[in-house]
Amino acid sequence: MTDIVIDVNRLSKAYGSVLAVDEVSFRVQRGAVCGLLGTNGAGKTTTIAMLLGLIVPTSGQITVFGEDILRDRYRVLGRMNFSSPYVDLPQRLTVEENLTVYARLYGVRNVDKRLRQLGVDLEVASFIKRPFRTLSAGQKTRVGLAKALINEPELLLLDEPTASLDPDTADRVRSFLSSYQASSGTTLLLASHNMTEVERICTDVMIMRAGRIVDQGTPQGLIARYGRGTMEEVFLDVMRETNDRETDRRRAALS
Amino acid sequence: MSPAFSVRRVAAMVLRYLYLLRGSWPRILEQAYWPTVQMIMWGFITQFFVTNSSWVAHAAGVLLSAVLLWDVLFRAQLGVSVVFMEEMFARNLGHLFASPLRPQELVASLLVISLFRTLLGVGTAALLAIPLYRYSIFDLGLPLLGFFTNLLVFGWAIGFLICGLLLRYGLGAESLAWVAIFAIAPISGIYYPISTLPHWLQSVAWAIPSSYVFEGMRAVLFEHRFDRELFLNAVVLNSVYLAVGIIVFFWVFRIARVRGLLLQVGE
Repeated sequence: MTDIVIDVNRLSKAYGSVLAVDEVSFRVQRGAVCGLLGTNGAGKTTTIAMLLGLIVPTSGQITVFGEDILRDRYRVLGRMNFSSPYVDLPQRLTVEENLTVYARLYGVRNVDKRLRQLGVDLEVASFIKRPFRTLSAGQKTRVGLAKALINEPELLLLDEPTASLDPDTADRVRSFLSSYQASSGTTLLLASHNMTEVERICTDVMIMRAGRIVDQGTPQGLIARYGRGTMEEVFLDVMRETNDRETDRRRAALS
Repeated sequence: MSPAFSVRRVAAMVLRYLYLLRGSWPRILEQAYWPTVQMIMWGFITQFFVTNSSWVAHAAGVLLSAVLLWDVLFRAQLGVSVVFMEEMFARNLGHLFASPLRPQELVASLLVISLFRTLLGVGTAALLAIPLYRYSIFDLGLPLLGFFTNLLVFGWAIGFLICGLLLRYGLGAESLAWVAIFAIAPISGIYYPISTLPHWLQSVAWAIPSSYVFEGMRAVLFEHRFDRELFLNAVVLNSVYLAVGIIVFFWVFRIARVRGLLLQVGE
């Protein structure tokens, strides 16, 4: 059995003349918690959507669990799951109804038992009978995570899992993700622009800018290499360095 | 590996749409509201025409049968396109298609829920017509099943074409889901024979299955015979239309994946 869960090779996505993802290559090992960092529009969400087969790449290859996602994504979709603030759950259905539908779509064997388990793990039991639209942002995020964990995925793709959450709720979500990953061994790819989050739970980090991976390594390795104290400072260094490089390149092109 | 077609996943999606219906009494009421209002109005028109029009007097149920069958077509189309639109309003397509759900399973679930909604809406109106006007569309007998099936399938075909437009152009195309079907109403010969239309328009009318159904209905009511040729023409045309509708939907679904539309749709 291969230890590489995700293998991406020269992946690109262009929307007309706009290059959203530009020749990106990376691998994610089984059991890793990999952070995909970047500013807004860096290409994180597009990369995750391509890993799920929701977006067809312009070029490049994606292999997940050894299967070609472009050709055989249905072989592996049942072993994956995801959550994203850009995709919602039906607002008029209750939490229980939403989770039941997704449990059945993923072929969960004992739906009631799984719902009870998630109700306890993610503290959604107290509002499981309420319509999704009546929940607070924090409650919706927890339900989104419950949906993402409904099939006990071997690979979990999370797009900005703590975006727009208050510090307390965000902290609880991070703690849950850390303990869940430690106990289940799930491979996690996490797109975020929250450096504290990445530093706290990720084993590997890739920094994206304008559709490219501009640096990668372990959080501690990157902090040491840039001679900084936090991932936030590293991130700012990387962004400014690439900004300067681009400015120099434009000047050279003009002169 | 998940099978290419799973009844379990189709059932999960049907359950999702039943939850939606169950959670809102106005939605349930809406299913029967318009067919019933139409039936009541055309019931009174029939009562008036029975004494003022020899044509209607000859077959008193012709207008009520027509309006109920027209609603089969309309409800079947809405049952596909409006239910699909619910997924777009909910911004749920990304979650659905990141799961093992396949497009053909979504299509199957839309067909099932459309049949259910059509039976609920038109069935209620048809049953109410019995005590209100002493008219039962069920007196058409076995041919009714043929008319119903043909109109249902044609409604599905149009519904999938509209779903394709919704997926491609977003909810800006929403109004089409409600009004597109009315473009074919004048040439379907719902309340009058196709021969009423100008000659050039008759050729257009004979290119759509609903014209054959309504002519077939009049053959049963006025001549007390089931016209097999009209029925078969409708079946052949429907097979083509449904295939085209579903192929267009799959084609647009492919375009949606290329353009990243599955993550962008919404209000």
